[in-house]
Amino acid sequence: MANCLLNHWLSVLVLVMWLGLNVFLFVNAFLSYEKGDKYYYTREILGSALAWARASARCLNFNSMLILFPMCRNLLSFLRGTCSFCRRTLRKQLDHNLTFHKLVAYMICLHTAIHIVAHLFNFERYDRSRQSTDGSLASVLSSLSHQEKEGDSWLNPMQTTNMTVIYMTLTSIPGFTGVIITIVLVLMVTSSMEFIRRSYFEVFWYTHHIFIIYFIGLGIHGIGGIVRGQTEESIKENHPYRCAEFFEKWDDHDFHCKSPQFEGNSAESWKWILAPGVLYFFERILRLYRSQQQVMITKVVMHPSKVLELQMIKRGFSMEVGQYIFVNCPSISYLEWHPFTLTSAPEEDFFSIHVRAAGDWTENLIKAFEQQNSPIPKIEVDGPFGTASEDVFQYEVAMLIGAGIGVTPFASILKSIWYKFQHADHNLKTQTIYFYWICRETGAFAWFNDLLASLEQEMEESGKVGFLNFRLFLTGWDNNIAGHAALNFDKATDILTGLKHKTFFGRPMWDKEFSTIATIHPKSVVGVFLCGPQALEKCLRKCCHQYSSLDPRKTQFYFNKENF
Amino acid sequence: MGQIEWAMWANEQALASGLILITGGIVATAGQFTQWYFGAYSIFSVAGVFVCLLEYPRGKRRKGSTMERCGQKYMTKVVKLFGPLSRNYYVRAFLHLGLSVPAGFLLATILGTACLAIASGIYLLAATRGEQWTPIESKPKERPQVGGTIKQPPSNPPPRPPAEARKKPSEEQDEAAGAGVSSGPQENPIPVTDEVV
Repeated sequence: MANCLLNHWLSVLVLVMWLGLNVFLFVNAFLSYEKGDKYYYTREILGSALAWARASARCLNFNSMLILFPMCRNLLSFLRGTCSFCRRTLRKQLDHNLTFHKLVAYMICLHTAIHIVAHLFNFERYDRSRQSTDGSLASVLSSLSHQEKEGDSWLNPMQTTNMTVIYMTLTSIPGFTGVIITIVLVLMVTSSMEFIRRSYFEVFWYTHHIFIIYFIGLGIHGIGGIVRGQTEESIKENHPYRCAEFFEKWDDHDFHCKSPQFEGNSAESWKWILAPGVLYFFERILRLYRSQQQVMITKVVMHPSKVLELQMIKRGFSMEVGQYIFVNCPSISYLEWHPFTLTSAPEEDFFSIHVRAAGDWTENLIKAFEQQNSPIPKIEVDGPFGTASEDVFQYEVAMLIGAGIGVTPFASILKSIWYKFQHADHNLKTQTIYFYWICRETGAFAWFNDLLASLEQEMEESGKVGFLNFRLFLTGWDNNIAGHAALNFDKATDILTGLKHKTFFGRPMWDKEFSTIATIHPKSVVGVFLCGPQALEKCLRKCCHQYSSLDPRKTQFYFNKENF
Repeated sequence: MGQIEWAMWANEQALASGLILITGGIVATAGQFTQWYFGAYSIFSVAGVFVCLLEYPRGKRRKGSTMERCGQKYMTKVVKLFGPLSRNYYVRAFLHLGLSVPAGFLLATILGTACLAIASGIYLLAATRGEQWTPIESKPKERPQVGGTIKQPPSNPPPRPPAEARKKPSEEQDEAAGAGVSSGPQENPIPVTDEVV
């Protein structure tokens, strides 16, 4: 538990601040509408439902403002880049953008529910007091517009007795926009359920763009001034505490209390959402501009296990290790952008991606490149965007764990190391790297066989054998392979990969690995980087917490995960 | 886009609409709104609860594995009973459209109406593409076959020489049917007798 807090203290702080601000805004707005003199008469008709609706509205404004920020990828990348002097924990925080986006979305849903329920009560009460003829203060207030000739000093938006609440809702701007943006919100939420997102990404991607309707609707929602409070001048003439009980006498000209005058609150949502809206707009323009730059494909390689490698050049493209790009292929789909990790090193003069067939779009892409006769399809690229792999060289010891195709960011890192070694870059903070690659089938090894073999050789030649340690795990083995391996046990190189490091069969025993590393490096900070499935993430997080000692001078494991 | 199963999204949307209908109905009934009996209809009779129960069991995906909702197997049995009525998405589309109409007369449930109508539209789209609801059935657990993985027991009595010496004679022993104890090329230092009573 203590270790968990230590690793995540910044996340916890941000969460606590966000929740705290939500509570503060809610309570502040609630009290101002529940206790304020300005709304005394409004409360006569509506009761507490007014305060509930306004408080949740304020939180809705706040959260709608926040929700766009985590989605500004370019801004976040820029912040990560300029924060190179910042502590490692601050930069890790920017990885959690998607998680934060979802939390804010859930909060928006919660407050929408409160807001709608409160307004249902509000409309109902307005309707009732309009219909009532019992001569109470509420009914007098409701009939105000008929009596006053000057300006619009009405309080109850339902002016005639024939008007139903449904009619009121659908014909007033706030009501109509409210219904529309709630429907949009529900559609966005149902299409973003994990099941739909993972299985049918396009449904999620396209549907989520209706957030534009949400924001425009939210901006317009407050126009109409339906929430009404007493004007300042009117309070001087007719202060509720003095005059409320004598409401029958308001019409008398001699009486010291005149009829109250009301004004509507102006729309305030736009003030909250204008800045993030503009920022996000620029973000999209920037993405569009970057994607229009021409991309030239220099080499196409078809690997076994249906993996396609594309090597490309683009003017002005510069990357860091482990970054990712968004790729679009207009001949397959005009609007879809899919993320892929870069597998080349920054020192190379091209950039490359490895694409595995995993769905509609990727299969079509591979098919399009497989055809010999037709010309190579055009590709558009946006990025690169940064993720945690950039931090690898900041740790003294690094554990890189990749499952299957998840090894791609680390391929980039390993290639970069090779180049750094070639140029004898002694500024590397990293002293030792442990590279774990977990694969289901042997064909998968072919991708980076050359790379791993040349790295092994390079390390031997420069006499730094301990720098790079490979652990390759084959999880989909059978008796044939095992028998074969047992027979060739004494050979110097591994039969499957040709490397000096032997392949292990089955899954890694993480407890053993972590404890070994903790023993070998008793005073170091170890960065653990994972690109793989969630089950593995859980296991590794547990191990990180378990094997990090409480003493900050001893071994500390920090966990980082790739996320898109 | 070719592999999208619209019914999966329609299912999520309909489930959400059912919950919204129930909430609206509760609010209207609790607040004793005008014409609250429409609210009662939404909760107690057909619309909200029925939609939720019908939509709770997720259908099976055409390709790949489907994640079941927690505890859905009980409702799967019930929904399966209706046969073609629950399999066909045209039926569901028009059913939802019909169910959403009465809720449209009460403000508290009008949101449920709109969402359910949209779900009905998506189901219609799914139906025109020939999708069908197939129940997720759990496969019967395969009994581990005892003894299936045990290979030919060693035909040499112990003590046995290490692996290398054993490899060459193994081919000869495969030919000889390994019924009884064969003497093999091994010379036992102590005579071995098989004590069979």
